Amino acid sequence: MTETAILIENITRDFKMVRAVNGLSLEVPSGIIFGFLGPNGAGKTTTINLLLGLLEPTSGRAEVMGFDTCTQANEVRTHSGALLEHPGLYEQLSAEDNLEFYGRIWHMPVNERRDRIKELLTHMGVWERRKERVGTWSKGMKQKLALGRALLHHPPLVFLDEPTAGLDVVAATEVRDDLEALTAREGVTVFLTTHNMAEAERLCEQVAVIRGGELVAIGNPDELRERAGGPGLEILGHGFKDNVLNMLRAHPDVVAAELLNEEHLAIDLREDMDAAPLVNLVVSAGVQVEEVRRSKASLEEVFLTLMEEEK
Amino acid sequence: MRFSDMWTVMWKEMKGIQRYKGSRTKSLLGLAIPMAMLGIYLPLQIGRALVEGPWSLLIAVFIPMMMVGMTIPESFAGERERHTLETLLASPLTDRAILFGKVAVSVGYSWGITMMLLLVSLVMVNIIHWDGQVLFYTPIMTLANVALSLLLAILVAGIGVLKSLRAATVQDAQQSLMTATLFPLVLLQMIPLLLLNVVPDGRALLIKLVEAANPTQIILIAMTVFVVSDLGLLMTAVTRFQRARLILD
Repeated sequence: MTETAILIENITRDFKMVRAVNGLSLEVPSGIIFGFLGPNGAGKTTTINLLLGLLEPTSGRAEVMGFDTCTQANEVRTHSGALLEHPGLYEQLSAEDNLEFYGRIWHMPVNERRDRIKELLTHMGVWERRKERVGTWSKGMKQKLALGRALLHHPPLVFLDEPTAGLDVVAATEVRDDLEALTAREGVTVFLTTHNMAEAERLCEQVAVIRGGELVAIGNPDELRERAGGPGLEILGHGFKDNVLNMLRAHPDVVAAELLNEEHLAIDLREDMDAAPLVNLVVSAGVQVEEVRRSKASLEEVFLTLMEEEK
Repeated sequence: MRFSDMWTVMWKEMKGIQRYKGSRTKSLLGLAIPMAMLGIYLPLQIGRALVEGPWSLLIAVFIPMMMVGMTIPESFAGERERHTLETLLASPLTDRAILFGKVAVSVGYSWGITMMLLLVSLVMVNIIHWDGQVLFYTPIMTLANVALSLLLAILVAGIGVLKSLRAATVQDAQQSLMTATLFPLVLLQMIPLLLLNVVPDGRALLIKLVEAANPTQIILIAMTVFVVSDLGLLMTAVTRFQRARLILD
């Protein structure tokens, strides 16, 4: 297997007067869950369509699992699985027949196909319901089945386009758990688009943020958090006075210190340092400390900051 | 195009037809009405003329039109309406395997039902008018029933694919396909009326035309026209049914 699962080089795609993807370049290493984040209309789905060879780029090129998306599109689709915007299940067919159909598409031998279908449906806890029409299933169950379908033929790479969108909390958690368990067990590379920052934070080793078809940021979630603001400390207590604030602001490791209210002090640090010296300083200045906690920007805050920067 | 890929699509389409509207029972009930109307009622009404005259063409023309008119939009526009098309296109199936697999099932199913109805009506006529001899369609009508119904099914399927690719919903595609296929028939019926009412001495001309008509010739001409139209439509469908176009649509 190639060490780079996806390589995008300066890819652009225009739809008449609209530029959906603009000079996008990125590299996705094999074996990780890669989050592709962006607001509605950012170009996420167009990028997936370009990577699957369903659309041709206006300029630039891309490789998926070492195959050119324009000249070897069928190879790309053979070596990948996809759960797109909609589950894409045939609702009048049973769950088993849905998987059977896609197993046949990928030319899986009969015995292997049957074993794999049983394995996946058992893993999802729906083996007993395999003969039921999918149309009678809940949205969450359908999404789990669609995830199973994407992984059916053991692809080294799967594209997941907002797999938990529109699901209730319980269903979304189940799908996320399944996604995490299945991808870890099967060692696949996942290209995941999502709106849900908590989901990206939990699942993704690397994320890229796209807006207006352009790459805004790329890195692991920790790196992006640092970009939005370094680590911090929050101290809850009584007796915060101006001299405490001045003392902290003069400290070389402190970027800023601010009272959020009379009992809540927020400190931005230059780096992830030991908190004890600062807490000692505050205590020695007469503050009665009740609670100290570290703070970090969430990926959601990072995302919002990036969107603000781009405006 | 690998035949196994086309067969995979056909497998799914056949499953879909079996489970049309949710269950096998409903699918079979849907067949019971044309079966009763054309397989039983029509032979009862028309009798021996059904096998001796051109009446069996009613079955050979309307059944493929009706069945293909329902199944092709379900198969093509239905994939888009139910959001299953994108996932299908993201698979390694070739465009042609998808197109021909779907068309083959729709045409095969409709043609099969047509043949079955023709057989049932033949049996009915023989039962009702049994005089010690087995009645059978005339050779030219047999050819017309077998070949014309197949060519007509392909023709409607070709138009249906093109209409479905432009339609937003199954209903839109079915309506538009019905209009497109019924219009030429309505036009054909207008010709005698025009001859009678507009053309001077039209009645004599019409009688002359009917008397001069050679059924074999008419059927062979119709078959030639259908073969050429079918090929043209299928080639256009191959050109139009392409991933990039479908995704953009």
